[in-house]
Order: sequence, then C-alpha cells, then structure tokens
Amino acid sequence: MLATLIAIPVFSFLIILQSTIVNRMTLLQGTADLFLLTIIAWSLHRRVKTAWQWSVIGGLIYTIASALPFGVSLAGYIIITSLTKFMRRHTWQVPILTMLILSFIGTIFLHGLSLLAIKLSGNPIPVVDAIGLITLPSILLNLIFAIPIYAIINDLANWLYPEEIEA
Amino acid sequence: MNTTTSRSLQTIVLVLITLGLIGLALGGYLSPLSRLFVNPIVQAQAWITSRYQAVQSILSTSEDTQVLRQRNAELEAEVSRLQTQIIELQQQISETKILSALVDFARANPEYRYQAATVVATDPSPFLQYVIINSGSDNGLRRGMPVVTQQGLVGRITGVTAGAARVQLITDPDSSVNVRLEPSGAKAMITGQITGDISLEMIPQEADVKAGDLVLTSGLGGGFPPNIIIGQVSGIRKRDLDLFQRASVQPVVDFSQISIVLVITNFKPIDYSPLIPSE
Repeated sequence: MLATLIAIPVFSFLIILQSTIVNRMTLLQGTADLFLLTIIAWSLHRRVKTAWQWSVIGGLIYTIASALPFGVSLAGYIIITSLTKFMRRHTWQVPILTMLILSFIGTIFLHGLSLLAIKLSGNPIPVVDAIGLITLPSILLNLIFAIPIYAIINDLANWLYPEEIEA
Repeated sequence: MNTTTSRSLQTIVLVLITLGLIGLALGGYLSPLSRLFVNPIVQAQAWITSRYQAVQSILSTSEDTQVLRQRNAELEAEVSRLQTQIIELQQQISETKILSALVDFARANPEYRYQAATVVATDPSPFLQYVIINSGSDNGLRRGMPVVTQQGLVGRITGVTAGAARVQLITDPDSSVNVRLEPSGAKAMITGQITGDISLEMIPQEADVKAGDLVLTSGLGGGFPPNIIIGQVSGIRKRDLDLFQRASVQPVVDFSQISIVLVITNFKPIDYSPLIPSE
C-alpha cells in the first residue's frame, strides 16, 4: 500500500520539477520527460509489484497538469509500463541498457501518441517539424536523464522492497 | 649635647650637598653622569618589557584566535544574510518595475478591468505553449478572457480552477488571432508556430505591408479586444501565385521571460460557433 501511495508525492514533486525547471532546459524545443523515465525505471525493478498503479497515478497527475487531450498521457504510460514489463521478462542482467532502450522507444511512442491526439483534436501542428524540433531533441535529453533517474528510482525501490535473505 | 650638635651639622651638610647637586643638575652639569647611569637601566627596561610582551602575546594568542574566528563566522553569517537580503530586494525592485509598468498600461487603457497574476508554471508537454497563472475563478477569471502584459498580448485563458488558470499563449500552434496592420490597415491573422514564434498569415495580396509595420489585434472574431499590440512585421513573403502574403512577426512580449500578467476581466469573448454552418 505504501509503495502505491508514495507515487502521489513522488509524481506531485515531479510535476512541479517538470513544469518549472525541466521544461526550461530545452534542446531546440525538446524537453526531458521525468514522468516517462520514472515509470520505466520503476517498472524495470525486479521486486516492484506496483508498476501499474504508478503508471495510472503518473498518467492522471500529468493529465491534470497538461492541456493535452484527456487520457493521452494516461494511456501512453500504461502502454509503456506493459512494454517495460515485457522487456524485463525477456532481458537478463542489464536493466540499465534496457532503461536506455525503453527511454528511446518510450519517447518516440509517447510523442507519436501525443501528436496523433493533438492532430485529431484539430490542432494544425506540423508533424515533420514537431519530430525534428521536439521529438529528436527530447530523445537525447531523455537518454541523458535516464541514468540518474534510474539510480534514484532504483534506490527508492530497494528501500520499499528490501531484498529477502533466505536462511 | 655633642651628639645633638653633630647631628645638626650632618643634616646641614646633607641639605647643602643636596641643594648643590640639585643646583648642578639644574645647571646641566650632571647630564653626562646621569646618562651613564640611566641609559643601561632604560635599555634593560626596554629588553625586559619587549620579552614580557612577547611571552604575553604567545600566551594569549589562542584565546584571540578563537575570538577572531568566532567574530569571522559572525561576520560571514552577516554577509550571507545581507546578500540574501540584497537578492530579495533586487527581486522586489524587479517586481515593482513590472507592476509599475502594468499599472501604467492599466492607466493607459482605462476601459478594461484587470486582475494581476503571476506565472507559476508551463505546460509539461513540449508540444503545447501554455502557462499556468496563480489566479482562478475565485478571482473572477473565466475561460476566454484575454491575457496581456504592459508590452502587449500574451494569450487567452482556456481552463480555470478555483485558484489557477491555464493560458494559451499566442505562440501555441493552435492559437490564431485576428489582427490589423498599421499604418496600412490591412487585416490578417496571427498564428503560433511550433518553434515558439508567431507568423502573419492571410495578408491580402494588394496590401502594402512593410517591415516595421505594427501588428495590433483587430477585435474581429470577438476573441480579443481591439488595439492591443502584438509585435512588428520583420519579414514579408510575397509570391504572385499565392492567394495571400505571409510575414514573420517579432513579438513585443518575450514569452520565455513572462513573470506577471494582467487578465482583462471585463471582456467577454463572443462565441459565434453556432453561426458557422455545419458541413
């Protein structure tokens, strides 16, 4: 229960960080996505059992804070969580490499979903420009942020799910 | 008797010798003698005093150092407190300047009522150009209200909660504002770009537009009040085959540095969407 509830202050802190500092640290128009990286890092941890809850809480908080069409980020984070869990089952011993691969794939997927939703809502956003100016720089920033976020979230997961020593 | 006389004589002799010595001393005849006697004493006194002071200094140094260190720490704490105060005062001066300019703007446009608000965050999505302000429905804000600074148009409110509101900037790709160019008087439309810039679209081919022309809201469409400055035309693209001219605009507002804004609370946007015939 604590592992689920702690997602609320964690994502509340992250939304403050994202909307005040991280969004101003741009590369062209791209920014890092702390929510995406946190959800991937949390879902990658072996002993974590609350990955779905975290993706739902993260998605809801992001939805409240953003003007993106309702449910886009929620759906995006749930799909990325399922992809992360799938990758975790099929890769061995190198979670940091999986983290980087998922950061790459997750950014492309989430941006694709956001662009699709924005387009469908009638916003005349130029897709090619958006990919060049936002998605590609964001991938690079997410790859840079992936390692520190992984380390912090891994520590949090180890604290909440301590390793059981067999007698 | 003899003893008494002898003592009196001794006393008189001593007084005479004393008076004689005083007389010699006052006359300066004893100076070489006194120098010979006093100088070694003075030198000895100086040597002993200097050694005493040196020893006293060594013995009292640790206490002094401690006092000095303590004083140094106190002064450093004082310096950092004053530096913090300076930064706070500089921020207050900066805010006061902005507020003063906003008050000037409000005085220059007395037909509107304003609600000042601070920009507290930006939209977390990089695809959207929105900011969050710290005033909401509790302060009388409603959807569609225009947002300005002392420099010019910022955007409009698209979402309101009790204590906050979301403002769509005119740089958002989904934003469009009907404008008028001065001095030509041509009507056109400003649209936001994904780069965070704004561009001028739908300028009639026959319009005489030049770099440096002012771009102001026209009031058409009912979304914004008229005559709010947006920027200046910086470059024109005119091709004979196109239906309209295009131009790039240098906005007067620096959207990356907005901190305090004014919401025009007595402007009601007109929703004419029911009048648009459905396809």
